[in-house]
Amino acid sequence: MVALDAVRLSGDRDAQARNAMLALSVALLLTAGLSLSHGASEVSLGSLLHVLVSGQAMADQDRLILWEIRLPRMLTGVLVGASLAVAGAVMQGLFRNPLADPGLVGVGAGAGLGAVLAIVLGGLAPVWITQAMGYHLVPLAAFFGGWVSTLLLYRVATRSGRTSVATMLLAGIALGALAGAATGVLVYIADDRQLRDLTFWGLGSLGGASWPKVLAAGPVMALALLAAPFLARGLNGLALGEAAAHHIGLPVQRVKAVAILTVAAATGAAVAVSGGIGFIGIVVPHLLRLATGPDHRFLLVNAGLAGATLLLLADLIARSIITPAELPIGIVTATLGAPVFLWILLRRRGLVDL
Amino acid sequence: MLSAKDIRVSLGKTPVLHGISAEALPGEVTVIVGPNGSGKTTLLRALTGDVPFAGQVQLNGKDCARLRPWELAAVRGVLPQASVMAFPFTVAEVVRLGLTAAAHAGRADLVPRALAAVDMEGFSARLYQELSGGQQARVQLARVLVQVWEPVVDGVPRWLFLDEPVASLDIAHQLGVVQLMRAFARRGGGVVAVLHDLNLTAMVADRVWLMDQGRLTGQGRVAEVLTDAALERAYGCPLRVGRLPPQGGWFALPQAAGAA
Repeated sequence: MVALDAVRLSGDRDAQARNAMLALSVALLLTAGLSLSHGASEVSLGSLLHVLVSGQAMADQDRLILWEIRLPRMLTGVLVGASLAVAGAVMQGLFRNPLADPGLVGVGAGAGLGAVLAIVLGGLAPVWITQAMGYHLVPLAAFFGGWVSTLLLYRVATRSGRTSVATMLLAGIALGALAGAATGVLVYIADDRQLRDLTFWGLGSLGGASWPKVLAAGPVMALALLAAPFLARGLNGLALGEAAAHHIGLPVQRVKAVAILTVAAATGAAVAVSGGIGFIGIVVPHLLRLATGPDHRFLLVNAGLAGATLLLLADLIARSIITPAELPIGIVTATLGAPVFLWILLRRRGLVDL
Repeated sequence: MLSAKDIRVSLGKTPVLHGISAEALPGEVTVIVGPNGSGKTTLLRALTGDVPFAGQVQLNGKDCARLRPWELAAVRGVLPQASVMAFPFTVAEVVRLGLTAAAHAGRADLVPRALAAVDMEGFSARLYQELSGGQQARVQLARVLVQVWEPVVDGVPRWLFLDEPVASLDIAHQLGVVQLMRAFARRGGGVVAVLHDLNLTAMVADRVWLMDQGRLTGQGRVAEVLTDAALERAYGCPLRVGRLPPQGGWFALPQAAGAA
């Protein structure tokens, strides 16, 4: 063991990152089990395993709760948590800054505007469109909103290959405000049913999870999650700056385009199904970088695993803290995430070019 | 061979390079010298495609504009003047980035060897951002070195483009980098570097390009190009060149006004 470690180049954290991957996978499995078994009607982990192993039929009521309520909710939590964390990691890699988070710099707001547009004005679209799109309309609109705002942000904040953090954050505020204003107009003209829809996801919640929603937004998120690992080499290279990334042989323009699409798809779909869940995208990658380093070959996968785990845990807190009611999950993640964000700022004081 | 044909660069409406044509050979160290603002770095950046330019740059007989990034990276390494690094990568991880798209990407053994070449062994586990400016510059050089480790592959020379590689280094490490450049050229590779120090230039250069106000005012051997008159004209201050007795080493001595 010692000899092996001596052979490995010091400063190479690959092994650490691989161990973390294993540990996070186990954690996610455990949390997913907990998420399935925990709730107003208790289905113990033991009986869940028993059913899985023996293939024995469950009580109808238990099966209904598991299949129709908890499983889609758990899957939504996994996909949304992973998407938010991975979108954060990709965006931070693209902007070469740990403070770039889709939720903070207006991409979430842009995606939200897209979703609100679809919810409120979707009825005005020709019937054949709404029928063809069905549940896909809202996630797709959110994706386009996220894509436009990511593109806009990148164009504004990047000049001759260098991205200014100050410009990025300020442009993010402006974009967010603009999207907020437009969303406000739409809320103003929305009818009562639409208002209820809007309020539900404005606060962020997994409460509305259902199979149709999982099937509509899931593939978009899954696609983004599958694309992300292919960005790893490119994002590692981009840490050197765009020019140097080009000189080590990377197709920089393609990396940037795929990164922007990935962020938009992951953020857009996540926002569409679960609303404004903040801070997962900034806290998860940051903690992982501290633990195992910034190498995106591991960071992106680990962020997905940790983001999913964290969101399931936050959801468990959200639905057990004031039972039988449940707290919107966005409140939980913000309460836990905002202090971590402040802590990042304090640690980096003097390093941010503001 | 590196050949530049009629390179023109403008920043906004201001022309910065006025049609420069020059050649550099593999097996040689070519050094670009000239006063501040003469266009040295801009010329190097045009040669590496980092600024938009008119004209043509050919490397080993191929038009650089037509090569894909990974094809270019296989034959040349580029060290920019200043390197910023986002995120807390360790020194070993930064150097390994040089292998990203290389055909020899699996040669992790080159990382410690390149670090030793720039006198940074023992630093591989340190965080890059915690190093001094000079140490960071040496780590970046090691990253470029692993990318084009063998100066010649299948008979095709590789190239190093270095923008002020010694700018933040102490005298001992300046000499170390000069030796690396010489060794790379001696083994058949091509080196094109921007340097400020005329004496260091004379020590390392097989060929000099003297820049003045966006024009190439001389190219050739050190003794041919760097003459008293040419240097005074370019730098606008009195300079005397001479030779030191033992091996006849070339030197340039600035003549301070008022000094004897």
